[in-house]
Amino acid sequence: MTDPRTLSPLDLDTRDKTYLDANELVINMGPQHPATHGVLRVILRLDGEKVLGLECVIGYLHRGVEKIAENRTYTMFNPYVDRMDYVAAVSNGLGYCEAVEKLLSVEAPPRAQYIRVILTELNRIASHQLWLGTHALDIGAITPLFYTFRDREEILKIFERYCGARLTTHAFRIGGLQYEAYDGFEKDVTTFCSFVKPKIDEYEELLTTNRIWLERTKGVGVISGKDCIALGVTGPVLRASGVKWDLRKAQPYANYKNFDFEVPVGANGDTYDRYIVRMIEMRQSLRIIEQAVEAIPEGPIMAKVPKVMKPPVGEIYHSIEAPKGELGYFIVSDGSTQPYRVRVRPPSFVNLQALDLMCRDQLVADVIAVIGTLDIVLGEVDR
Amino acid sequence: MNDIIVYIQSYLNTKDLTPGAAGNWFWATVYILLVFAGLSVAVIAMNWLERKILAHMQVRLGPMRVGPHGLLQPIADALKLLLKEDIMPANADKLVFWVAPFIVVLAAFTVFVVVPFGPAHAITDMNIGILFMLGVSSLSVLGIVTAGWASNSHYPLIGALRSSAQMVSYEVAMGLAVVSAILLTSLHGLGLYGVGGAGAPDTGTLSMIGIVQAQQEQGVWFVFKFFPLGLIAFFIFAVAMVAETNRAPFDLPEAESELTAGFHTEYSGFRWSLFFLAEYSAMIAVSSIAVTLWLGGWLRPFPNALQGSTWDFIFSLCPGLTFLFLGAMCFWNVLRMPKHPLFKIQTIGLAGFGAVLALVGLVLLLPAVSSRVGDIFWFSAKVAAFMYLYIWYRGTFPRYRFDQLMKVGWKVLLPTSLALLIVTAALAFIEPSIAEWMKRVL
Amino acid sequence: MIAKFKREYGSGIEALTHLGQNYMVVDRSLMPAILQLLRDDEKFDYCVDVTAVHYPKREKPFDVVWVLYSFSRNERIRVKTQIADGESLPSSVPIWATANWLEREVYDMFGIRFDGHPDLKRILLPDGWKGFPLRKDYGILQQDNEWVQINLGIESGQ
Repeated sequence: MTDPRTLSPLDLDTRDKTYLDANELVINMGPQHPATHGVLRVILRLDGEKVLGLECVIGYLHRGVEKIAENRTYTMFNPYVDRMDYVAAVSNGLGYCEAVEKLLSVEAPPRAQYIRVILTELNRIASHQLWLGTHALDIGAITPLFYTFRDREEILKIFERYCGARLTTHAFRIGGLQYEAYDGFEKDVTTFCSFVKPKIDEYEELLTTNRIWLERTKGVGVISGKDCIALGVTGPVLRASGVKWDLRKAQPYANYKNFDFEVPVGANGDTYDRYIVRMIEMRQSLRIIEQAVEAIPEGPIMAKVPKVMKPPVGEIYHSIEAPKGELGYFIVSDGSTQPYRVRVRPPSFVNLQALDLMCRDQLVADVIAVIGTLDIVLGEVDR
Repeated sequence: MNDIIVYIQSYLNTKDLTPGAAGNWFWATVYILLVFAGLSVAVIAMNWLERKILAHMQVRLGPMRVGPHGLLQPIADALKLLLKEDIMPANADKLVFWVAPFIVVLAAFTVFVVVPFGPAHAITDMNIGILFMLGVSSLSVLGIVTAGWASNSHYPLIGALRSSAQMVSYEVAMGLAVVSAILLTSLHGLGLYGVGGAGAPDTGTLSMIGIVQAQQEQGVWFVFKFFPLGLIAFFIFAVAMVAETNRAPFDLPEAESELTAGFHTEYSGFRWSLFFLAEYSAMIAVSSIAVTLWLGGWLRPFPNALQGSTWDFIFSLCPGLTFLFLGAMCFWNVLRMPKHPLFKIQTIGLAGFGAVLALVGLVLLLPAVSSRVGDIFWFSAKVAAFMYLYIWYRGTFPRYRFDQLMKVGWKVLLPTSLALLIVTAALAFIEPSIAEWMKRVL
Repeated sequence: MIAKFKREYGSGIEALTHLGQNYMVVDRSLMPAILQLLRDDEKFDYCVDVTAVHYPKREKPFDVVWVLYSFSRNERIRVKTQIADGESLPSSVPIWATANWLEREVYDMFGIRFDGHPDLKRILLPDGWKGFPLRKDYGILQQDNEWVQINLGIESGQ
């Protein structure tokens, strides 16, 4: 395999020569394309159907979130983070709130921590379900999409009952939670857990041993653990390449150290392993949720946080294990009510860099599979 | 004037002759129009059924708004497509771009000239019928390639290249499977495995009607003949025909997630609807080849096990009962319709549709009618089963990758079909001596 | 580790801890060497993030920050260096491949150039854009009106 550091950028200046009278073909995939998960644009250089190289053009969804942060107070910026990885809005909120809490040196009370974990893990399942549906759709299996959306709906219903929003939830506040769990929250969550377990088996029944699925995913988009680390790839992609690293275990945040769960790893680092890793992760998330619902304590849900937040001068880097990988917030405070600088370290953005390496010498159809398996969300890539 | 009437009536007196064979131009034209109309209705029905069946496989309802249970949706779609702006890309090769959909449609429709819906229900009976079908249906690849080329765009070009490679490679396996079925028409003397055969006339034939008649005379559908030889050939054909019609899981030329829409990316409106029409009629066409060659064409099921006039009568009721059942389903759903003034028209519409179906069913129950169209019914029912399979595949399978598709075609289907052909031919060669030997021993 | 670095490089390094997180401020002249050492000798094999902060009132207005993580030590460290406007930094792409896009983003947002970067161009903003939005003197509503007019055909530029 090529060393990722020596991958040369595409030479696109010869573009005109390639049209129809040469073996090489430069085609433009996206930003409006059914399989690029939003507005990703990929310029592919093909030899027949073989990919010689590719270049990602991103930024079509750039909204300047980091700039906005500098002009909002800490509290006002909180809803904005939901708009980055919009399929895992709760995780984004968790990362941001915890980072600011660290900056303020406060800690959310235990009850808030438990509810946070429950909601975040529910969101992880929802995110993985959406990934599975769209990934399978890209590979041509249209039915799983509807199954996963049917079941994701139940998670969104819990979010809706909890905070009134389904997608961009803004579920957490700096210092804890705004809302107490509604009556019957625990029951809803346990019902969901028992509801979704057979459904995950159902997805697996459709795909895991399906011959065409195996052929399409095994040995496709292989990336070694070493290359993953060199390219900064995190999350299920890294774990599928055999590196057992999950921030929930490595540097536990919230109260993840209280829960008993496994970190699944793959062996080959191919698309199939990433699929299996994510399927196991869904089950492990259910395990965490079940433990959390059992042990949820009574007590306050907000720590003592000043009404006007003025964190002391300083800076903090805090990261969490979002469904897609390491989601980090680097916040610089100058002692005023507004952050001096907020830097978001988005997992999708960094993972997307590996696309070139993973797709070289594969076929066009594999590019689609690899984009799907990287599980990118363009809202987070472009911010 | 009188001459014309006599000419028209003269065909009615001939029995078991297709209009083409009888050389009657008037009835041939009527049949062509009938087949064309029937095909259009079938495509419209397929459109609705595919959306509905797929939707129910995917835990959703499918079209529900236009007409009761979305029954008028295909019509709305057709209207939309006809009224859409006709877009032709600026850099397209205008003439070729214009011609391509017509080539595809022409190829898809022309094959129906020889499709035998019954012993006398075909436009004509060519003595090279099956060759004609294979030949003409493979013309459609020409239309697809030209469509991809003329669009002057990358995705259609890749789609067209994939399509031509795919069709060419699967046609080989398909052709070999067909040849082994044709060989079976002359393999008759031997009642292997105790079914059928002995004493049927030695008629190796390429005629579509002749092939079905051979199955009738030998008393066995070719899918069961020389088990498992016939079954393997049928299976190879059933796989190859899905690839041939570019349907899931072999829908690479129009792989939605990779090539947006493949060779017809640049087409819209009416031109696009021609491709759509062609795709569905091609599906029906290859299914009819499979039905004709292996599933006994228009013959009713269980010709041997359930013999006698009682069974004949019971089977003759099937067409009418089917329609009555469909009508009853409609009425049952009328009862389930929401009792709300807003749904009044829909309820009435559904009841009306049910009434029409029931009426057709009642008409079909008349012995005079059912004896004439029973064969058409059985043929259509078998083809419909294939259509259901097509939808089922689409709901279940992911898409093959291009190299894997080629691997299946060249490394699995082709050697199998070649071996099958050799075995069948060898059997044909030694068959007379075995028959002789059996006669002596028994 | 820090002691060893200090011994070798003297006053160019300052090691600090804030809120339990370690970071070091490194002089610009030591820049590629320190990062290389951190990766090779100290096993900080994962470059989490490269980013920058703009302090317009300072003499050297830009802080460029590397967030590093070591899998074997399960430890994070931040490396900061201060540079003047217009000054460039040696690229860290030869050290961590992941720095490629991250440095492009820093260039895109702050206009800090990285020498030896394989393909330093804008990443989130369009290629012809003028201005670097995350600098403090760039207003929140500010846009490259000319670019918008030419490429999007919006007359007002907003």
